[in-house]
This record gives sequence, C-alpha cells and structure tokens, in this order.
Amino acid sequence: MLSCKDVTRLLSESMDHSLPFGKRIGVRVHLLMCKFCARYERQLLLIRETVRRLAAMEDTPGEPPGETLSEKAKERIRNSLTSP
Amino acid sequence: MAKPANLDPSEWVDRYGDYLFRYAMLRLRDRSMAEDLVQETFLAALKGRSSFSGNSSESTWLVGILKHKIMDHFRHEAREAPLADADLREQADPSSFDGAGHWAKGPTDWGGNPAELYREKKFLDQLTKCLAGLSPNHANAFTLREIEGADTGEICKVLNVTETNLWVILHRARMQLRQCLESRWFNRKTEKEP
Repeated sequence: MLSCKDVTRLLSESMDHSLPFGKRIGVRVHLLMCKFCARYERQLLLIRETVRRLAAMEDTPGEPPGETLSEKAKERIRNSLTSP
Repeated sequence: MAKPANLDPSEWVDRYGDYLFRYAMLRLRDRSMAEDLVQETFLAALKGRSSFSGNSSESTWLVGILKHKIMDHFRHEAREAPLADADLREQADPSSFDGAGHWAKGPTDWGGNPAELYREKKFLDQLTKCLAGLSPNHANAFTLREIEGADTGEICKVLNVTETNLWVILHRARMQLRQCLESRWFNRKTEKEP
C-alpha cells in the first residue's frame, strides 16, 4: 500500500515523466480514497497552470510591464551601448 | 543582404529594455542579475548585428540572445553551488506527515475558483515571492521545468544532476511552493474574511 508521503512524491514525478503501470494504478487507487492527496494533486496542477499563464503573460512584448528597468540601469546600459 | 532598417541600437533600451528585464526577472528573481544580463544581451546584439537575418522580429532575436545568457547563468550557478544534502532531504516541512507517512496536517481547501487566480496581480506577486524563497537549486530546477518548459533530460544537463535527483528536487520545490502559497495567500484570506 502506498502512503500519502509516497503518493505526493509520485504525483510530482508523474508531472515529469510517465510512471510505470503498477505505480500509476497504485496512485489512482489511492487518490480515489484519499481526499488530501487528491486535493494535493489538484493544487500542484493549479500551480503549474498558473505559472505557465504567468510566463505567457510576462513573455509577451508590449504587455503592460510589471517589473521595469530602473532609470539608472537604463542610463547605464545606454552608455555602455554608445561607448562599448 | 541589406540590413533591416529597424535595427537601431540607440532605440533598443527604450523599446525592449523593460520587456527583456521582465523576462529575465521572472527567471532569475534578482534585479541586479537581471539588469546585468539585459545589458550583456544588448552588447552581444550590438556585436552580432550582422548575423541578424531579419527573418524574426527584433524582439524575438534579442530574447533569443537573453535566453542563452540565462541558461549559461544557470549552468554557472550549478557549478558554483552544486547540490547539497539539504537540497535532497526528503520533504520541505517535516510536520506534513506522521511516522506512517499519512498526512499530519493535510492541504487545506483553497476554495473559490482558483483557476482564475492568474488574473490576480497580488496572487502572482505572492507566487513569485514564494518562488524566490526556495533554495537556488530548487528554484532554478522549477523555473527550467515550469517556466521554460524544458524536459528533464535537458534540465539534468544544465544543472548537472542525475534524473533521480532532479525528481527529488522538483518534488521538494513543488511541495514548498504549495505550502508557501497556502500560508501566504489562502490562509491569509480566510483570516481576513472569516
């Protein structure tokens, strides 16, 4: 029987490669019975999804920027470009 | 081939500076490091201007250079600070599980519609803060996997770790990130609005 601790480790692993058949079944069976592990899986997937959306937003040129270069840094970079 | 007319380095900083900085910040989590790599990117672009084919847009070309520099930075950091035992220790919060491996305190219900959270600026700020709070090895592995979308083989090469160790690192990173979000965002909200 897999413990919750085993299942959290395997859930993470399953996000990076496909688990061997036996383990996959073991995890699915456990999730049917364990609401905490099922919740844990939903939350990990939510974090993945949110991070991907964040990256998609941040990586789009022209989106209103969150973090911006300071004026000082801009000045420094401009100078380095004109007199390298 | 004639140089594309839009390649004007004097306008680069104003046009692309913030964009490249934002891109670097999301991956490096450090202002001065991000500034340095943006500067290096522009300098490399200036030197390599003749290689710009004009097939891609200027911003795509610049971000490609920056991406290389970020990867080099990860490689460098992995060489400077190789995996420590602490990076591989079994779990983030030892109080999560009891001796038999059952949840001691299970994840709380995040309620509402968490799928819409990516629209909330404050939540995204907490998320990046939680990411910055991980150890560098955990944060870099997570960044390469979830932000860059690299596969594990590629990440193992960049970070110079075995695949088994990488799984442990990613597991720990995800567990800590989840824990951090739960305490910094979800619990905070329920305390405020009981």
